[in-house]
Formats: sequence, C-alpha cells, structure tokens
Amino acid sequence: MLANLLPNVQWETMWAATVETLYMTGVAVAATFVLGIILGLLLFLTSKGNLWENRAANAVIAAFVNIFRSIPFIILIILLIPFTKWLVGTMLGANAALPALVIGAAPFYARMVEIALREIDKGVIEAAQAMGASTWTIIWKVLLPESLPALVSGITVTAVSLVSYTAMAGVIGAGGLGNLAYLEGFQRNHNDVTFVATVLVLIIVFVIQFIGDFVTSKIDKR
Amino acid sequence: MIALEQVTKIYQAANGSVTAVDNVSLEIREGEIFGIIGYSGAGKSTLIRLLNGLEKPTSGRVIVAGRDMARVKGRELRKARQEIGMIFQHFNLLWSRTVRENIAFPLEIAGVPKEERNKRVDELIELVGLSGREDAYPSQLSGGQKQRVGIARALANNPKVLLCDEATSALDPQTTDAILDLLVDINKRLGLTIVLITHEMHVIRKICDRVAVMESGKIVEQGEVLHVFRHPKQPITRRFVKQLIEPEETEEAISHLFGQYPNGVIAQLTFVGAAAGQPLIAQVVRQFDVDVNILQGKISQTHQGAYGVLFVHMNGAPDEIGRALDFIQSQQVAVEVIHDAR
Repeated sequence: MLANLLPNVQWETMWAATVETLYMTGVAVAATFVLGIILGLLLFLTSKGNLWENRAANAVIAAFVNIFRSIPFIILIILLIPFTKWLVGTMLGANAALPALVIGAAPFYARMVEIALREIDKGVIEAAQAMGASTWTIIWKVLLPESLPALVSGITVTAVSLVSYTAMAGVIGAGGLGNLAYLEGFQRNHNDVTFVATVLVLIIVFVIQFIGDFVTSKIDKR
Repeated sequence: MIALEQVTKIYQAANGSVTAVDNVSLEIREGEIFGIIGYSGAGKSTLIRLLNGLEKPTSGRVIVAGRDMARVKGRELRKARQEIGMIFQHFNLLWSRTVRENIAFPLEIAGVPKEERNKRVDELIELVGLSGREDAYPSQLSGGQKQRVGIARALANNPKVLLCDEATSALDPQTTDAILDLLVDINKRLGLTIVLITHEMHVIRKICDRVAVMESGKIVEQGEVLHVFRHPKQPITRRFVKQLIEPEETEEAISHLFGQYPNGVIAQLTFVGAAAGQPLIAQVVRQFDVDVNILQGKISQTHQGAYGVLFVHMNGAPDEIGRALDFIQSQQVAVEVIHDAR
C-alpha cells in the first residue's frame, strides 16, 4: 500500500537522513545554547548601567553579533568553507555543517539571551549586590535562573530555525533530510521523496516546539 | 554606628550634572531607628544606597560599623555588605526560588554550610511569622508576606544595620502597620540599628526615634521625632507634620466655623508627650469663667509618646479668655489663636 503510494521512497535511506538531521540539529543546538548564552551575557553585562559596563567591548561584541546575524545562511556556509575545511578537514558530511550552523545561530540566540536578561527586574540584581554577591554569583544564581523560561523558549525558536538551516546545509552536501529531498526528490523528480522528507522535518519541528513549551511552563513560577 | 561626613554625590547626566546628595553630615546611633523623610527626588534613595556602597560618594566619608564604605572595594566591600541588611519597596525577591530558598540566598553567598543554613532559615521563618509558607513561591504570597520574606532575608547574616528603602510604600495601611510592628520588634529583640527612608510621616511617627528631613539633597532639619513634631522649623517639615495631624479638610472645616461663632476665639492647642494625658479642658472650665467647645481633635501615638492637636472655641469675657489661654500655655501646651473675635 505504502509502497504503491510512495514508489521511490527507500525507508532505510530516509531513516539515515533523519538521524543525520537530528544529529546536526542536536549538536548545533547544544553548542548554540552555550555560545549564545556566553555572548548574550557579555552583551548584557557590558551594556550601559550594568555590572561590567564597557562601551568599547559592548560595541565590538554587538558588531560581531550583528554581522553574523545579517549574513544569509546559504552565503555564510560558502564564506566559511576555508574555516570548515581547516577545522573539520572536509566539506562533506554532517560534521562539516556544524561550524556554519553554530556560527549562524549563536548570534541570533545571543540577542534573545540579551533581551531575556534585560527583562530581569533591576531591583533583584541590586538586592543580590546589597547582600554582598560577587558577579559570578549574580550570573549563576540570579541572572540565569531568573531568565531561564525566556532562555528555554528562545532556544526552542532557535532550534526550529536550525532544523531549516540543516536542510539548507544539506543542499550543498552536508547530508540529512534536506540533502535527500534535494538530490533524490528534486533533481530526480521523485516528488514522493520530497513529500516524505518534508513531513519528517515537520514532525521534528513539532516535537521540538512541544518539548520547549512544556519545559518553559514547568520552570516558570511567576 | 553610622557616620556621614560632608558627603556629596553628583551624577553626570547628558544635560549637566545633578547633585543628589549635597554636603550631608549625619550621625546614627547604635540600636536606634532613624528615619529620613522627603518627597521623591529629594535624594533619600541615593543617601541610603551610600550606606551599603551601592552608590559611591563624589566626596566625603561614609562610616558604617567602623568601615568607610566609600573606600572599600572587592572582597572587603562584599564582606561589609553581608553585615548590612536591606529591604526594598518592591521586595526584590527571586521569583524562581521558594520562600525558603530566597531566605537561604544570602547565607549561600556568605558560604554558610548547608545544615547550618537550614537551621538558620527555620529560625528566620519563625521570627517573621511565615511558618507554613516555606515552600511557596513569591507569586503565591501577598505583599505583606513578601516583605516578611524580604526582612527574613535581610536578617539572615545577623547584620548590624538594617536599611529600609520605602519598605512599606507598596503596602496597604493595615499591612504597613504590621510590618512596622515587626521592625520595632526586631529592633528591640536584636538591638539592630535601623535606617529607613520614606515619604510617609505616619511611618516616622510610628517607629522612629530620630528623624532627618531631606529636601533637594540636603538635610534641612533633624532631631528627636517628638521635638521635630513640636517645633518644626522648615516649611517642608511643617507640611509633613501637618499631613499627619491635620487631615486635609481640617483647615477648611475650621474656617467654615468662623461664621458660626461670631464671638470668642478659635485656638489650636498642640499637646506633646505627658501634656497630652492631662485633663486640661476640664481644668480650664473649672478655673475660668469661659465656655469651651471642642471643634476637632486628634491624638497620634509616636514611638516616644503622644502628640495631639485640638481645635477649640472659647467664649467669655475677653480678659478671662486671655487668662485661660495663658494658663493653657503654662501647661506645656502650645497655643495658636487662629480666629479672634473678642
């Protein structure tokens, strides 16, 4: 039945592509989470009226974030080819997509982290200072816990973008569902392959969104 | 305990500089409750933040418990801050932590071991009357309960000084009184020095030993609360005192009465301390040939004794009225004739 409706779909290849997409997304989300939080914290702390207020440092970080956030992802991949070759040793395969994915998504997430941190009541930070907390204590025990729901919903949105980035990266040889849909589906005119790959991407996105919403509502005690 | 010596704080703003605190010198004794009153923008928020180094003075010295808060930095400053508790108008609790975890926070900062921390938190919850609410999150508490958590948190590290930044301004009158009672109780029980800033004379009246009045960055008047109530020198102080003893409508109500009493005098009698307890009016009526009619009166309890104002109408022979007024004055009661139709 299924074989009649979808004559060109090879389920083993499809499954392998799904695993590749999940692998790329998973690693990229983890790296983006860490790097984005570090960048976001730096953006927040160096901004006016905050703990490490420093105009020059803030301008440099903001410029870096804005530049990498503005470059269209497909162009970013091409620009990063020499860097990726140096780092990973190849331009093909899932690992080769990771540098571009992280560098494309982390600045985007960093801005969300900055916004989340700015939402924290200044009075709470002041109270922690008045108790004699060091900057590290304030970061670990005030800034991150108090902004956690926003950090989680931010990484959810970023993860969804990352899924579509992996599809784009697939087109230029990184593997995954995007690669399959392009090579098998589009170039060989097998629409059923494109269709199944699309459905699988949608399922991945829905699951990510569901997990993100669930975690956010669980940790938000406001 | 606390000494400010010629402290000035100037903020550099885009359009010139703002002097928030202007050459203030102040001494606060150990174990007293010291109030600083002023309207918003008077500089009192800056002043109280100088006491724990959240603000650094442009010039002058800020000595708290033997340390110059204007000079200490880094680890030394953080150590000093652990000995100074602070509570806030908007409580500033961490919403991500329960009552228990919020109170434990300053103990975590001070590096108190877990077991000791739990014991101390239990004591504090008991002290501020929050037993049963330990595991609630701030969003599940009322304003008064949140401020109780704030107080427990401020007391966690056994501070020598407690700073209160408009601590009751966001609370309703009943809750305000309960929180003020708690502060007095803590002050008595722990011998803690309390410095509070407020714009409500009610707070000063209820719990303070001494008061300083602040206007445009300067302390314009200070002294014992009762003394300042009795002899307010500056116009701003008079306005604050008036806010308390005379409801807004009093003046209007009294002037309406002028028409109703074509004869005699209308006088305002101000009682302080022991004088407020005497049967003065009875004595006047007995000793002099005058009629006394009480138009309006109010007695307020302060931390140091009663303070009251009475508006009376007196009728009789002009000389007799004069003698009666002299007698009242001789009883340590201030007399001000507001309307004279003798």
